[in-house]
Amino acid sequence: MWRRLIDDEVQDRLGRLDIPFNRYGQDPFGISREHLGLFYSALGVLYRRYFSVRTVGIENVPPSGRAMLIGNHSGGLPVDGGMVLASLFFDHEPPRHAHGMVEKFAQNLPFLSSWFSRLGQLTGVPEHAVRFLEDDRLLMVFPEGARGTGKLYRDRYQLVRFGTGFMRIALQTGTPIVPFAFVGGEEAIPTVYHAKSLARLLGTPYFPVTPYLLPVPRPFPCDLWYGEPLRFEGDGTESDDVIEAYVGEVRDVVADLIDRGRAARRARREAA
Amino acid sequence: MKVLVTGISGALARQVAVRLVDAGHTVLGIDRRPWPDAPAGITLFDTDVRKRPAEDVFRTHRPEAVVHMATVTHLTTRREERYRINLGGTRSVLDHCHDYGVEHVVFVGRHTIYGAASDAPLYRTEAEPPLAGTTFPDLADLVAADLYAGSALWRFPQLGTTVLRIVYTLGPSKRGTLAGFLRGPRVPRVLGFDPLFHFLHEHDAADAIVLALQHRLNGVFNVAGPQPVPLTTLIEATGRIDLPLPEFVLPRVLGRFGLPYLPRGSMAHLKYPVVIDGSSFRAATGFTPAFDEVQVMDGFRWT
Repeated sequence: MWRRLIDDEVQDRLGRLDIPFNRYGQDPFGISREHLGLFYSALGVLYRRYFSVRTVGIENVPPSGRAMLIGNHSGGLPVDGGMVLASLFFDHEPPRHAHGMVEKFAQNLPFLSSWFSRLGQLTGVPEHAVRFLEDDRLLMVFPEGARGTGKLYRDRYQLVRFGTGFMRIALQTGTPIVPFAFVGGEEAIPTVYHAKSLARLLGTPYFPVTPYLLPVPRPFPCDLWYGEPLRFEGDGTESDDVIEAYVGEVRDVVADLIDRGRAARRARREAA
Repeated sequence: MKVLVTGISGALARQVAVRLVDAGHTVLGIDRRPWPDAPAGITLFDTDVRKRPAEDVFRTHRPEAVVHMATVTHLTTRREERYRINLGGTRSVLDHCHDYGVEHVVFVGRHTIYGAASDAPLYRTEAEPPLAGTTFPDLADLVAADLYAGSALWRFPQLGTTVLRIVYTLGPSKRGTLAGFLRGPRVPRVLGFDPLFHFLHEHDAADAIVLALQHRLNGVFNVAGPQPVPLTTLIEATGRIDLPLPEFVLPRVLGRFGLPYLPRGSMAHLKYPVVIDGSSFRAATGFTPAFDEVQVMDGFRWT
């Protein structure tokens, strides 16, 4: 019954994904072709119509083999992650599926946790990252973590501290880093306040409150900018100083992509 | 080679024994349970591995290798007895191996000792700590037995020791933990959760145990099956009816209304996966399951 909801374009692109599905349409990580079909059918509407995402530089993502996508996190809910997945599925040739690293609390939530699993979005532990990369897949990492999505509107587009674990894994697995910037998430869900008691009750790191109260994203046009792949020398056993310097370079590139994305938006608005 | 199999009357142990006989080995077996139609070439001893007559089998027959499969689970045995059999029995077997010049021992353990947890990695390697003592308290005795068996690697360096952690088995015997869970027409699960289950055809499991013995492996090895599948797929593909129930309801109905029994502490194992990485064993022995996951499930379809 649900299969009828999967549109033809999604069906075609699913068939071109480099994922080894078995007869039941499942891969060794538990990804389900049917779940992907439903997910991308819904996500396509959000990507193209609701958020009208303009994607720039998608050709920087390699057509095959491992890569780590590193970008800014924003917007109360991880809309940015969904839009990155959509851009790689709908606008990249050939279509690719990226694996995100999910906050641990989400795996305790009924329904959500099993959906994340069927979509290949596993708990953010280093073992998962290494395994995906060694299997030559795309890994999507937001090094700001929940600190990033928890940003208030007044702090929009200000990058907070980047975790450094991703860099050691990239060096250990010889993975290129493709930086990206997502612009518009902060305006789509402008978080003005964190309801801490409600967050504790729900077991989440924060609960975003917007000017219109509900943490539901508005149909705000967004931009997604991919930068050129970055490669760093090393094997992941370098000292913290070296790793932090490398992470600083990635952070600077992401910050620059954010600035370019915002400037392009301003230019468009002025032209209109 | 003369091989002693403890717990030989179990469904999987019987298949191991038959393979060993077919390969030209002399097979001895210890079990309290009978095996009435045991094939020729297998000598059975009706005793408990912890008792004096079992030691006499070692003393008199001097096996060169031992496959220790005389362990039990919460599904068949009460807690105090489990500790006596799984820990006391393993201790006796290892001591006898050491005292009577056994060259190699294979301890056949279970993958569930890794335990199911929301923040655990999906594929568990042998380096992962076993968490089942906390995530599923009724497995604590098996966790202890597994770790205790591994201690033979440093306590008895002259005794070759293989500790196997094998995924669930399914097959024509319809025996085993997972087969018991799937025994009825309706299979319960926790509403909102659909963990991956990792299993192996019982013929492949028997082959893997024999391979471990042939290769005289020293160390701890995961024996993985073909790719794992979500519980809902397992239920559907084996022709059972999926019965999702809220987590607070499930413990109250297990063991009743024709549903399988599981202890209260088992809920984590119905919510999160226990999947293992078998690459070390594969590299050491060349083991590849002959049956893929679809064939295993097809063979277990409800009839």
